[in-house]
Amino acid sequence: MENFKIDVDGDGIALVTFDVPGRSMNTITGSVMRDLAKIVETIKTDDKIKGVVFNSGKASGFCAGADLGELNERGAGEASAPKSEEEKLKAQFDGSFTLNKTFRALETCGKPVAVALEGLALGGGLEIALACHYRVAADNPKIKFGLPEAKVGLLPGAGGTQRLPRLIGVQNAAMMILQGADKSPQEAKSLGFINEVVPVGKTVEAAKAWVKANPKAVAPWDVKGYKVKDNPYSPGGAMASVGGNAMVSKQTNLNYPAQRHILSCIYEGTQVPIDAALRIESRYFVKTANTPQAKGMIRSLFVSMQALAKGANRPQGVPEYPVKKVAVIGAGLMGAGIAYVQAKAGIETVLLDVSQESAEKGKAYSQRIVDKDVSRGKITKEKGDEILARITPSTDYGLIKGADLVVEAVFENPALKAEVTKKAEAQLAETAVFGSNTSTLPITGLAEASARPANFIGIHFFSPVERMGLVEIIMGHKTSQETLAKAIDYVLKIKKTPIVVNDFRGFYTSRCFGTYTTEGIEMLSEGIAPAIIENVGRQCGMPMGALEVSDSVGLDTALKIGRQMAEAMQQDHSKDPRGALLAWLVEEKGRVGRKGGKGFYEYGEDGKPTRIWPDLSQKIDVKVKECPPALKEELTKRFLFRQCIEVARCFEEGVITDPRDADVGSILAWGFAPYTGGCVSYIDLFWGAKKFVEEADRLADKYGERFRPNKLLRDMAAKGETFYDRFGAKKAA
Amino acid sequence: MAEAYIYDAVRTPRGKGKNTGSLHETTSLSLATQALQAIRDRNNLDTSKVDDVYLGCVTPIGEQGSDIARIAVLNADYAETVAGAQIDRFCASGLEAVNIAAAKVKSGEAGLAIGGGVEAMSRVPMGSNGGAWASDPTIAMKTYFVPQGIGADTIATKYGFSRDDVDAYAIQSQQRAAKAWKEGRFKKSIVPVKDQLGVTLLDHDEHMRPDTTMQSLASLEPSFKMQGEMMPGFDAVIQQRYPEMERINHVHHAGNSSGIVDGAAAVLIGSKEMGDALGLKPRAKILGGASIGSEPSIMLTGPEFVTKKLLDKLGMTTKDIDLWELNEAFAAVVLRWVQALDLDMDAVNVNGGSIAMGHPLGATGAMILGTMVDELERSNKQRALITLCVGAGMGTATVIERVN
Repeated sequence: MENFKIDVDGDGIALVTFDVPGRSMNTITGSVMRDLAKIVETIKTDDKIKGVVFNSGKASGFCAGADLGELNERGAGEASAPKSEEEKLKAQFDGSFTLNKTFRALETCGKPVAVALEGLALGGGLEIALACHYRVAADNPKIKFGLPEAKVGLLPGAGGTQRLPRLIGVQNAAMMILQGADKSPQEAKSLGFINEVVPVGKTVEAAKAWVKANPKAVAPWDVKGYKVKDNPYSPGGAMASVGGNAMVSKQTNLNYPAQRHILSCIYEGTQVPIDAALRIESRYFVKTANTPQAKGMIRSLFVSMQALAKGANRPQGVPEYPVKKVAVIGAGLMGAGIAYVQAKAGIETVLLDVSQESAEKGKAYSQRIVDKDVSRGKITKEKGDEILARITPSTDYGLIKGADLVVEAVFENPALKAEVTKKAEAQLAETAVFGSNTSTLPITGLAEASARPANFIGIHFFSPVERMGLVEIIMGHKTSQETLAKAIDYVLKIKKTPIVVNDFRGFYTSRCFGTYTTEGIEMLSEGIAPAIIENVGRQCGMPMGALEVSDSVGLDTALKIGRQMAEAMQQDHSKDPRGALLAWLVEEKGRVGRKGGKGFYEYGEDGKPTRIWPDLSQKIDVKVKECPPALKEELTKRFLFRQCIEVARCFEEGVITDPRDADVGSILAWGFAPYTGGCVSYIDLFWGAKKFVEEADRLADKYGERFRPNKLLRDMAAKGETFYDRFGAKKAA
Repeated sequence: MAEAYIYDAVRTPRGKGKNTGSLHETTSLSLATQALQAIRDRNNLDTSKVDDVYLGCVTPIGEQGSDIARIAVLNADYAETVAGAQIDRFCASGLEAVNIAAAKVKSGEAGLAIGGGVEAMSRVPMGSNGGAWASDPTIAMKTYFVPQGIGADTIATKYGFSRDDVDAYAIQSQQRAAKAWKEGRFKKSIVPVKDQLGVTLLDHDEHMRPDTTMQSLASLEPSFKMQGEMMPGFDAVIQQRYPEMERINHVHHAGNSSGIVDGAAAVLIGSKEMGDALGLKPRAKILGGASIGSEPSIMLTGPEFVTKKLLDKLGMTTKDIDLWELNEAFAAVVLRWVQALDLDMDAVNVNGGSIAMGHPLGATGAMILGTMVDELERSNKQRALITLCVGAGMGTATVIERVN
């Protein structure tokens, strides 16, 4: 047995220490599962063992759950080439039920079993603990206990959906599992899934004492006559189940099968004895793991995010670039936010603007965030003061001296940017990096102002900087690999996720994101009722309705960009119904969007939208006033396909090259329906290139060439390739 | 095929459906028993000729559980040979019981049958029998389950009925019911409820508020706003099925929705032959009945579709119907039905309805059918269509024709 150590003491209590070799954290792998089964057999059959205490050999905690990387590779227990679909499902069930079977055998071994938790227990780790008769935790508020599976589109498949509701009540358990929420030892004790909290270092002692005192322990649900008291047809449970269904419907828009299946596990499982309940859970686990949602979410939100956060797309062979001092030029909303995240990450920050007043105003942004965090107890006053002390607001470019990197965040004006570039470079060391935070201007053009274009790179932040996890790094034609590595080191240091793209108009994120809003305005100009556009947009998984997003961006901005693009393509923008609509709104009605308090929506004093502007009907002849399911499905496709086709074009043009960047970027930058795992996974997992191309062709025939699949997609369809086959392998090689 | 004739129809008065209601001390069994006994006694009926008794009951648990129809037959001292079955088609159970009885007669399986219903809502609370639809995530999410009130508010929003519109309708219901009682229009059917000693407990519908005004209704808070907009947020659920709804206008409240009450009803249905043999005089003929399903989340638009279905089946148009009766589950349900079928409000629910008098779930269908039998006779009209909106999107309807 490689993952566990067993020591039986003089009282006959076996201390089973969980310690996976060569890893800093215990996770449940195939080998751990096999070991656990053997241990349970030993416990059961060895007469010398009178009781058991589990603990961990790791300082990092007890166990962080299943190895999602491994699960991602092998799928949900896919066995060797079974014949029929039904046989495949049976094999998957057997695989998935293994752990439930082992834990159930542990629970019914006839001897008392306790667990001593000195550190975190998450997912399968907590499920081992729940299958013990007694749980002791160390009194350390930093320890986390939780079942986070739902966050990556899965459900707890080793008894969590059954034992937790039986221990802490259906409603509490449902909330915890649906949200994947963590609890501290004290919270867990008051909820009722930790029995005892003792001082740090004393858990084994306390667990042994309990085992000694309770030689005949059984789980509460194995006591004769046990019933789940708040089951869905009990007086107390009925409202919870009805309300729970509605809340999950509302929160997920029915896009996330994991949440629905968690509710089903609880609903069905609490009506039957535990053994039947565990079988039900395992069936739903398989059903969930087989969904494209689970596959996409595990890959993008867990595996790829982790890889990118570790610098997966950083060129190798460049030594780590220690970023200690960074100057931010331009103390507007973006610059101020960048200054804050840098200072928080321990970087000495110079915040420059044209006047001292503007620079101070930029620093005040950090002051507000720090004050809030201090007042909420999220950080100490000292820590807050340290962050603020790292930011020096000034007008003096001389302070740039000694900076490892400059982030330029001035207005989107090439001449201004050129001037700033020259002034800043005059102060910079030859090895330092110059980053431009532009969302639209081509980097190669901006780099023309630079004496060292190899050191010039795009570092595109998203607003609000302190909340948005992504940074889009843009390679100019002359940007060096070394500069890229340095920029990635900077982004990782400020704890953001970097994606790397090449220099084309709109780069990756702005370009693809824009298609969502234009498709919305397209629908509006076709005469589809605005409420339908907005509701379907949100319901298909986008964070806001397309018209609301347009209002946030600014209708004047949208009009300007539209005109620029029309000019570039030598078209008459006013003849385009979308262009005419925007021109009417902005120039005749003065509706510029949220910033002006009126756009497609009306806004209240708090700046929140109150309702869609009813007089839109002056310009729009609303022809489609009802939205039956078939239309909803069609509009959903239009919204999602439109964005995905643009992503496919970005691959073909070389704007983006790594499907992980594309998927993670689409979710983090513009909130593309997260349940899909991102734009690329939507094509790969939900459709497959062949079907996607067929459907896109149909949409193109019906709604316009913007839906027409490109050569790349057709080629992939012909070869039966996925994006991850075609572009992922190259990266891994 | 034989014709099915209505020989008699009775109903109890409706008691307020709470523990202060006059019928709260009367068991469901007693209510059903008294209705069945009235049918027997008023007609001097040889009960051994009755083949079957169908009673609608929507909450068949506790004292209403385990086939209350057969148990009531035994308690009413009917002949032992009379069978009984409890019927659940939610709010149309009472009418469905009548339709089944009529169908049995028409098919020849029964010569004489009773259709009716019972619901003691003060004693067996609505919804206390559970059910998969709202609770099981599989079906709740598949069909966008929301409570009926949210569906009713959605109907009001979608078809353009304001709070004033629904309140004005509620007042009309109160005024028509008050007038009908004053003029004795229910006299023929009402069977006062007796207590354990045989003393009269209730002889009138006690839920009515004839003094209701627009002002008094205006002070009532909408009943479904909280659960729609906040917890658990049913509006967002129904918007998933109806994305065209920018928001839901919550207009319904206790004053413009059907009242919660206790009551029972029974309708005696038989073939011509059987009536002749027993010396019974037919009052009306059942021309046909039908049920239908429609979109379940909005839930209450079924009457429009079942009305069309039944009229088509009978080869009729709306012009062939003199009186219309739709259960007043919620004001907007009636307003939408009238709008969709372009009916004359003067011929709709002429004696008021459930908003004024209450809706004893399982019994209402049989009660309002009886109301129409009386009204056709009183106003010397020929044909009436009776319908109810039904949970999960259904609708049930019956067309009757006066024969004397």
